[in-house]
Amino acid sequence: MTFTAPVLNYTILSPMLIILAGALIGVMIEAFVSKALRPIIQLILTLATLLVALVQVFRIRGTESVSAAMGSVIFDGPGFLFQATILVISIISVFLIADNENFTALAAAIPGSAEEQESIQKGNKVTEVYPLTLFAVAGMLLFPISSDLITLFVALEMLSLPLYLMAGLSRRRRLLSQEAALKYFLLGAFSSAFFLFGAAYLYGYSGAISFAGIRSSVVGGSGNDIFLLIGIAFVSVGLLFKVGAVPFHAWSPDVYQGAPTAVTAFMAAATKVAAFGAMLRIYYTVFANAQWSWTPLLSGIAIITMLFGSFVAIAQRDVKRMLAYSSIAHAGFLLAGVIALNKAGLSASIFYLFAYGVATVGAFAVVTLVRDSSGEVTDLNRWAGLGKRSPWVASVFAFFLLAFAGIPLTSGFIGKFSIFSAAYESGAKGVVIAGVLSSAIAAFFYIRVIVLMFFTDSHEDATTVVIPSVLTRITVIFAFVITVALGVYPAPLIDFINKFATFIR
Amino acid sequence: MNISLTLLMALPLIGAAVLAALPKSNALLAKQVALASTILVALATIAIAVGFERDNTNLQYVESHQWIPSFGINYAVGLDGISLVLILMTTLLAPIVVLAGWNESQSGRWSTKTFYILILILEMMAVGVFAATDVFLFYVFFEAMLVPVYFLIGGYGTGERSAAAVKFLLYSLFGGLLMLASIIGLYVLSGAQGGHTFDTQALSHLQMSSTTQNLLFLGFFIAFAIKAPLWPFHTWLPDAADSATSGTSVLLLGVLDKVGTFGMIRYCLTLFPDATKTFTPTIIVLSVISIIYGAFLAIGQKDIKRLIAFTSISHFGFITMGIFAMTTQGHSGATLYMFNHGFSTAALFLVAGWMISRRGSSTIADFGGLQRVTPVMAWSFFFAGMSSLALPGLSSFVSEFLVLVGTYTRYPVAAVIATFGIVLAALYILIPVQRALHGPTTPGNENLSDLTLREKVAIAPVIAVILFLGFYPSPLLKVINPAATHVISQLGFSDPAPTQLGGK
Repeated sequence: MTFTAPVLNYTILSPMLIILAGALIGVMIEAFVSKALRPIIQLILTLATLLVALVQVFRIRGTESVSAAMGSVIFDGPGFLFQATILVISIISVFLIADNENFTALAAAIPGSAEEQESIQKGNKVTEVYPLTLFAVAGMLLFPISSDLITLFVALEMLSLPLYLMAGLSRRRRLLSQEAALKYFLLGAFSSAFFLFGAAYLYGYSGAISFAGIRSSVVGGSGNDIFLLIGIAFVSVGLLFKVGAVPFHAWSPDVYQGAPTAVTAFMAAATKVAAFGAMLRIYYTVFANAQWSWTPLLSGIAIITMLFGSFVAIAQRDVKRMLAYSSIAHAGFLLAGVIALNKAGLSASIFYLFAYGVATVGAFAVVTLVRDSSGEVTDLNRWAGLGKRSPWVASVFAFFLLAFAGIPLTSGFIGKFSIFSAAYESGAKGVVIAGVLSSAIAAFFYIRVIVLMFFTDSHEDATTVVIPSVLTRITVIFAFVITVALGVYPAPLIDFINKFATFIR
Repeated sequence: MNISLTLLMALPLIGAAVLAALPKSNALLAKQVALASTILVALATIAIAVGFERDNTNLQYVESHQWIPSFGINYAVGLDGISLVLILMTTLLAPIVVLAGWNESQSGRWSTKTFYILILILEMMAVGVFAATDVFLFYVFFEAMLVPVYFLIGGYGTGERSAAAVKFLLYSLFGGLLMLASIIGLYVLSGAQGGHTFDTQALSHLQMSSTTQNLLFLGFFIAFAIKAPLWPFHTWLPDAADSATSGTSVLLLGVLDKVGTFGMIRYCLTLFPDATKTFTPTIIVLSVISIIYGAFLAIGQKDIKRLIAFTSISHFGFITMGIFAMTTQGHSGATLYMFNHGFSTAALFLVAGWMISRRGSSTIADFGGLQRVTPVMAWSFFFAGMSSLALPGLSSFVSEFLVLVGTYTRYPVAAVIATFGIVLAALYILIPVQRALHGPTTPGNENLSDLTLREKVAIAPVIAVILFLGFYPSPLLKVINPAATHVISQLGFSDPAPTQLGGK
């Protein structure tokens, strides 16, 4: 038996390698640099790493390769777009993470212990969150460009594990945060098991773990269809869990609420891009010819997800939980893009992911600003009258909500229009009608928040809005400008996406 | 100088930008800037109207630029007679609203300048919605204009203002989203038949099965019926009108709701001619119900603002009936009615608003004997009421008559029933006129002050327009008629020959 030395295409792997290198240097900094210097050094290192990776992604944008790492990585136009989106979202999320008011002083300390008190008094800061972020980003970059089931699974775990930890780092209400982390971890492990189970069946069906191999079996139709169906179903469960589609959504409200808001922003936006990226690739290439077997199921899940997310969001009293349910509803809209299974659907999904991701980070950035003496206030009732006290912050938040609701002249409207028209074009009229109806329902709770902020008088225990730090301000302004610009003149981005949005197989 | 429609839309925006740059404390300056901007827009519109070729049925002042080329979306605007008339109405009413509601922004949650910024943005979008010849552009304005109205009602209204604002917004959004589904349907169909487009002209040549056409028609129609509002989609209107300031109400009922009836002509009829024929009988029935129902409920109202809202539901019934009667007279009448209703509702709301702000109550029973205390205000209200009940010699009479004649030739029964609406109109106007203006002066009303000079200046042009068009409607009709004939002939209808009763 001879051993073949692996041939790696370093150019194509370079963005991930850059991120991983940055993450490892970050770990070294944790070990060797004094506590006082760590926050600033880590921040600069993380941002620099992400920026360099973004530049590198743009430099290799025209490249296409099906065998970047012995056939386990595939790089093409959509892969480039997913990676660029993830990096942009990560950069603006890191600005929020840098505002370390959100993070516990000592993650290892028991909540309420003397040890915790001591480290708070010392002014310690959790800086391990930066390398963790970078590891997660590396996993996210790999996820949508994996081209076999093993790599896909490794990428899934690589992006998930740091997120489990990061969800537990909240400075306030630490028990809630740790509960969220544990819940996320357990359910995530559970869904990973489902995913592996499905992967095993797909291997049994086709005798291959590479996407190309499975695809050729699907096209040929030679294998046992039962295995294929079980494989598709269970792999889908793993992916649907990550995007938070009903009925695999149960973790998301708790985790969104418990995690530090900056982490929630990162998780909500970037994970969605990565997971939908992988999902689009798998359904558009591997399972495309078995369309008959998964479209009805996925349409059903899309419809339930949209309606459930919208209905349940109405009853929420916590702004982070409300945004969680709204993100569930948006996952349903995005599934419409997967179901569309045409070029328009792919472009629309990518546009939607970018627009929604940026607006989501912006919205959570605003959430971090609304505080009282004991930290962030997420109880919606206490947001009453915010428009009076801080008109700018409230207006910007209202604008993001209108974008989520899909009001024209915001990016959300263009996204919704393009994704629904792609789904309609492929004949999924039921999904479009459910989408339109749930948009109407969703509008109700977005508007309820606007009513609270602008038309309700504030309580005595009013919240204050802190003056945003420069970094948070950059995030909010960037998200706002993008949301407006993509609503008013989306043509350049749409054309850019159209140019790249073709999967190679 | 050549004024383009884009410039016309830019003017209010520039005004809004200037307002935004002003200091918050100087409310008077904000009002003056707002008034100057709206007057400028009105003058620009008049200049456009003067340059409009009346007998040319093609779209005029056409502009078209690519907006989102990959979806075939263009920024495309143009005018036909119908849209010109409605834009004229919008921009003429705007300065009147600003002048009449000089102080109504004071009770608001936010500053005066925000109020006028919202009004100017609304004016710009209203012009855009009437001028758009690209369905997507139309939809963008149609939905986006909800936002300023929402804040105008919720921020500056009275009573249950935020609930009314939410109700208005949710109703409109619901209709709008149904329309979005239909627009997506059109887009996909056009893609299958020679390339994605949103151009109204091109879309009207689409081939579609009758089921598809019926469904897409309903998406548009329900959105417009909510906006117009037609029974049974009207329930948001009384609340909104009740809570909004009278100036906002004028813009809401006078301008915004016309988008519904305008949309029926521009989109329902031209894009879905077959479906229109299928649904016409149903819609005629709904219109007749609206006419009678609105009138009856108006008679029963104790609150003056709600009363006006219900009279409008009745009037919108007439307009819709005229549109779907499919005769040239009906169409011309309906369009003229839209214009006239704008002015007569403006008169009613503005005078009612002055009465309410002086008395501090909007209950009709709280007024009484006003004509002795405040003769000018009382007679203005009387005049506005007469215009609303379509007294011959006032502008509404011409349009109501045209609508009824136009309907009678095709749907005689509907026309006959609708005529009872006129009788009921006399009741719903004359009862409040009698209670509020005549009889003994109710205690507490003795010291009410009459209209100020500013208010007189505001109401005078409205009264002048109503009187002038009552006696001499032909300047408008000459603009409307060619467009109406064009629409009817495109639909393949010809006017039924008048028949003589008992003739052999």
